[in-house]
Amino acid sequence: MTHLYDIVKFGIYALMAFSVLAAILAVTVRNLFHAALCFAAVLIGIAGVFLSLHADFLAMVQILIYVGAVMTLVIFAIMLTERFGDNSSPQNNSLTLAAFGLAIVSLIAFSTISVKTRWPIQENAGALHLSVGELAYALLNTYVLPFEVISVLLITTLIGAVIIAKKDRVS
Amino acid sequence: MIPLTHYLIFANFLFVIGIFGALVRRNIIGILIALELILNAVNVNFVAFSQNTSPDPATGQIFAFFVIAIAAAEATVGLAIVLALFRVRKTILTDEIHLLKW
Repeated sequence: MTHLYDIVKFGIYALMAFSVLAAILAVTVRNLFHAALCFAAVLIGIAGVFLSLHADFLAMVQILIYVGAVMTLVIFAIMLTERFGDNSSPQNNSLTLAAFGLAIVSLIAFSTISVKTRWPIQENAGALHLSVGELAYALLNTYVLPFEVISVLLITTLIGAVIIAKKDRVS
Repeated sequence: MIPLTHYLIFANFLFVIGIFGALVRRNIIGILIALELILNAVNVNFVAFSQNTSPDPATGQIFAFFVIAIAAAEATVGLAIVLALFRVRKTILTDEIHLLKW
């Protein structure tokens, strides 16, 4: 599938623009709850971009884990820590102008680098399609050690998060 | 097909917005959201590169899986710390947490 119809192309670019807009909203909106919802929109947009790169399983994982699990966690934390009736305090610190300058400079620099570099693009670029079976084969053969390490990490995180967040017994 | 450069510039936008948010936000949860944005930008780059330049296209996707798993772990521990902090100090604004600062 090296040739895409123009309408599909336009759709992919529209998805990218939508994601960038939602990302800008997610870091500037005053109400944190709205910021979290904008971030969920960014995640769904990125899942669409993964689909356009023929990474269907990754897109599904993105929606399941990020939009399903991480966003739920973030929204729970926002609701548990909200200070009611205190929406007037500013959400940004005094770094805003400097950070904006830094962002613009690094955006220009990185974009120049990625346009100027001659990437060694493969002959069959964009036409590669991996099935879930091939991914599973790679995950459980070549990458089996990091796979096991990550399962240990996740168990540790689970126990650690419970211990940190549970109420201390009053002594 | 969409050229590699366009994906890179898209990921670049997300990355820079994430850095801006992490520097600017006062609320710890806002900072965590910005960090997740940065990790997602990196994931887009991984998959785009593996699709266009890598001889083995599985590599980039598997790296992205590991990044997603570690990001989930990071969010879990980070939010647990936020809850514990809120219970003790009644605030999650970074400039009001200055116990170790003078």
